[in-house]
Amino acid sequence: MPSKDLPDDHDPLRRIPPTDSDHLDYVGQQGLAVAQDTLIEPDPVKREEARSLWGDAWRELRRRPIFVISAVLIVLLVLIAIFPGLFTDTDPRQADLSRNYLRKPDWADVFGAGWFGYDGQGRSIYSRVIYGARASIIVGVFVTLAVTLLGGVTGMVAGYFGGWVDAVISRVIDIFFGIPLLLGALVLLNAFTTRTVWSVVIALAVLGWTQLARVMRGSVLTVKQADYVVAGKALGAGTSRLMLRHILPNAIAPVIVVATIALGGYITAEATLSFLGIGLQDPTISWGVDISSAQRVIRTAPFALFFPAAALSVTVLAFIMMGDAVRDALDPKLR
Amino acid sequence: MSTAVDTTKPAREAPYQGPLLDVRDLHVEFKTRDGLVKAVNGVNYSVSAGETLAVLGESGSGKSVTAQAIMGILDMPPARIPQGEIRYRGQDMLTMDKEARRQIRGQKIAMIFQDALSSLNPVLTVGFQLGEMFRAHKGSSRKEAKAKAIELMDRVRIPAAKDRVGDYPHQFSGGMRQRIMIAMALALEPDLIIADEPTTALDVTVQAQVMDLLAELQAEFHMGLILITHDLGVVADVADKIAVMYAGRIVETAPVHELYARPAHPYTRGLLDSIPRLDQKGQELYAIKGLPPNLLRIPPGCAFNPRCPRAQEICRQEVPKLFQVTTPEGAEVAGRQSACFFWKETLGDA
Amino acid sequence: MGHYVLRRVLQMIPVFFGATFLIFIMVYTLPGDPIAAMFGDKAADPATVANLRHQYHLDEPWWKQYLIYLGNVFQLDFGTSFTGRPVSEIMADAFPVTIRLALVAFFFEIVIGLPLGLLAGLKRGSFADTAVLVLTLIVISIPVFVLGYIAQTVFAINLGWVTATVQDSTDILQLILPGLVLASLSLAYVARLTRTSIGENLRADYMRTAVAKGLPRRTVIGRHLLRNSLIPVVTFLGTDLGALMGGAIVTEGIFNIAGVGNILYKAIRTKEGPTVVGIVTVLVIVYLVASLLVDLLYAVLDPRIRYA
Repeated sequence: MPSKDLPDDHDPLRRIPPTDSDHLDYVGQQGLAVAQDTLIEPDPVKREEARSLWGDAWRELRRRPIFVISAVLIVLLVLIAIFPGLFTDTDPRQADLSRNYLRKPDWADVFGAGWFGYDGQGRSIYSRVIYGARASIIVGVFVTLAVTLLGGVTGMVAGYFGGWVDAVISRVIDIFFGIPLLLGALVLLNAFTTRTVWSVVIALAVLGWTQLARVMRGSVLTVKQADYVVAGKALGAGTSRLMLRHILPNAIAPVIVVATIALGGYITAEATLSFLGIGLQDPTISWGVDISSAQRVIRTAPFALFFPAAALSVTVLAFIMMGDAVRDALDPKLR
Repeated sequence: MSTAVDTTKPAREAPYQGPLLDVRDLHVEFKTRDGLVKAVNGVNYSVSAGETLAVLGESGSGKSVTAQAIMGILDMPPARIPQGEIRYRGQDMLTMDKEARRQIRGQKIAMIFQDALSSLNPVLTVGFQLGEMFRAHKGSSRKEAKAKAIELMDRVRIPAAKDRVGDYPHQFSGGMRQRIMIAMALALEPDLIIADEPTTALDVTVQAQVMDLLAELQAEFHMGLILITHDLGVVADVADKIAVMYAGRIVETAPVHELYARPAHPYTRGLLDSIPRLDQKGQELYAIKGLPPNLLRIPPGCAFNPRCPRAQEICRQEVPKLFQVTTPEGAEVAGRQSACFFWKETLGDA
Repeated sequence: MGHYVLRRVLQMIPVFFGATFLIFIMVYTLPGDPIAAMFGDKAADPATVANLRHQYHLDEPWWKQYLIYLGNVFQLDFGTSFTGRPVSEIMADAFPVTIRLALVAFFFEIVIGLPLGLLAGLKRGSFADTAVLVLTLIVISIPVFVLGYIAQTVFAINLGWVTATVQDSTDILQLILPGLVLASLSLAYVARLTRTSIGENLRADYMRTAVAKGLPRRTVIGRHLLRNSLIPVVTFLGTDLGALMGGAIVTEGIFNIAGVGNILYKAIRTKEGPTVVGIVTVLVIVYLVASLLVDLLYAVLDPRIRYA
């Protein structure tokens, strides 16, 4: 008899005490449930908030300073990326060699063109720092989205179905792993004569998805063996239901953690590629490119390297801090 | 003529006569982010050589925390012991220095934990972990320790001990792993063993085997045994006396048969009534209504009052002390106490 | 155990072919004519061009090129670069340099990363722990090329403690600064990984048992804790050595070290197909062997894997 998906209100897994949390089956939550501190039982008089992994995680996150700081930074950076005009009036490409060649920063000119000084082509460093955010954020965000989607799906399929499907997918993952990210991106990007942000996104995504596929696969393998999944199967839950409702919510936590941290890595990768001259090029404004050109004048004008480098570091830092905070919040063992 | 200097220990004073272990008014608290958790609130019990005390209670009753406090393995922040004494052979261990306490641990008082798979080190062989006791405490060599390990494994009836001494914990079945834990506890022939839910993770038949083994070894070594459990069935065969705990306090003590026959506390009564019986076929099962209390906010008065069928106004206001149970004629019944204002009435419910 | 090894070796075979094939495709089938690039802006005599193309089999279909290439590799002939030098010679010059650099970096990674991680893990929540966390976070966030420049400027140019670039790569002392820079990211990861692993294991049940057995603290930590905690760290270190070799492109560039990364970078830019594919093939083999060794190591360290 073919198993069929059971409609929600008849799903036996839902009959266990209802909780406040929205879309997760109670039993499904138990998979990664908060380690029940047996000394603290729910207050019988006052109905407390249901303890679920995501509810708890959010509560945990809110109270950590590291999360708040990184969240604020990220919001600021995204704003800068989308609306650079809000932060500076100066045209980042406007070059005035005669007047502004390596002109030193004018600290009094807050948010002005000369605040961070001028680079070797007479362009406002402050303005270029502001406009450079866009490239980094776009690359970071879109590569992460792409690899999470691609890697997540592949990893889930490999982990869930096992057998030869898993064998084939795992070998493919291994193959991509054998090629270092930077190297592969170097070779790929070398083929493009004009390189835009999207070229870089594609190159990094094509080479980087395997990392997340592995994490997802490992996570699914663990979750797959949990009792509630076996129970679901025994009760006739279909493949897609099992995958989406029971396995995915519990397997995804490590993937999210790795993805958030990897985001920082992709931003660094783009900057490194641009630095090597093989990433973004004019007219795209990139911190990596600016750092590269600033190499030559590092002794006379260290500020030309410092500001884009600082901006880059702070951006990566923000995402990695966020990743740290998310991981700590999602890990019940670290309480 | 030489006067040989007597370097052996000075002649002991009269050997200690009291109980092996005497816990007095023990309080244990945990400082958590959500507040102060009062896990143990004034526990008193004692065990003598050859005696088995069963400590009964649900999760959250404080039975394990008490045991860990006795062993001295609680993480001291966040745990605190604001009050109480834990006397081993008359000496309060809480006032001893760390090194002295460590000497007692494992050698004089040993502990068996519930989940042997996670309680044994997964990357060391069973023989190594057993032998460690001898190498660390008695200075034995590796060979001697290994031989002793095999001996111990034989003692707890692990088949083909010599072949299996180099195996790892995950290669054994649950019951055998628990025997290895028992072997580890017995290695240095301690005076007292504390078994924290030793059979909870095992099948019923294996449970019986392990409990038999424990009883046998206890008799052989004349050890004191504290058996911590929530399973009334397990206790009946092995224990001499029982202490029932609720919300960090002892609510009833009794010799084992007395407790089953005539409980003197509504909580114990409730526990016994919840055991399904064959002659209840067709009837609704009884369960104590409500849930155990949140230890951050223990109800005032008797902690059990919100769930107690007998609760009166006084129960909500005063904390009952442990009353001595007497016969109708007024004679004290030995070892029988109940922390209930209405123990007489409860006895009558039999 | 033998089964396990055999299976892993068998799995490596398709990966080897797959990875080399992938690189081959990327180098030879993507747009860009290497022969034309060789001549730069000068117009070349078509006959010469045709000749060269034939010599390098560039006029054959790509799958055939790949097979020819593979055939040669198994005879240890990695072909000739477009500049006429045998690729194996180029590699023989460059690899030892990179290996030396990688070993220096590896040394720092262990010697600095591990103790920091141990310290932070054992004293969780203390000032030392926070300091390690913050420091590693900063190191991870600053890209290697920035770190390299800062290091070079501060230590070589300003302070003059070491030379700015590496003149003689057989002199270990000159490799210290680039080694440190190369190690920085991995070092930070090792510290964090160790810290996390120790944190998890400290709370494990078997640790409670070890204490309950009355074992002295140094045994509990030195034997029980470390044996378990270091497993993930050691396996990470195992794969990292191979990664260090393949990832030194930036560091070698900054410090002007004539290693594999440097050569590779130049070769990619000039579309030097044979050199690129040759070097990457070797790197893939190194990675696969390292991977296999790490898996074996893991089985040795964790008996649960061995007898699964």
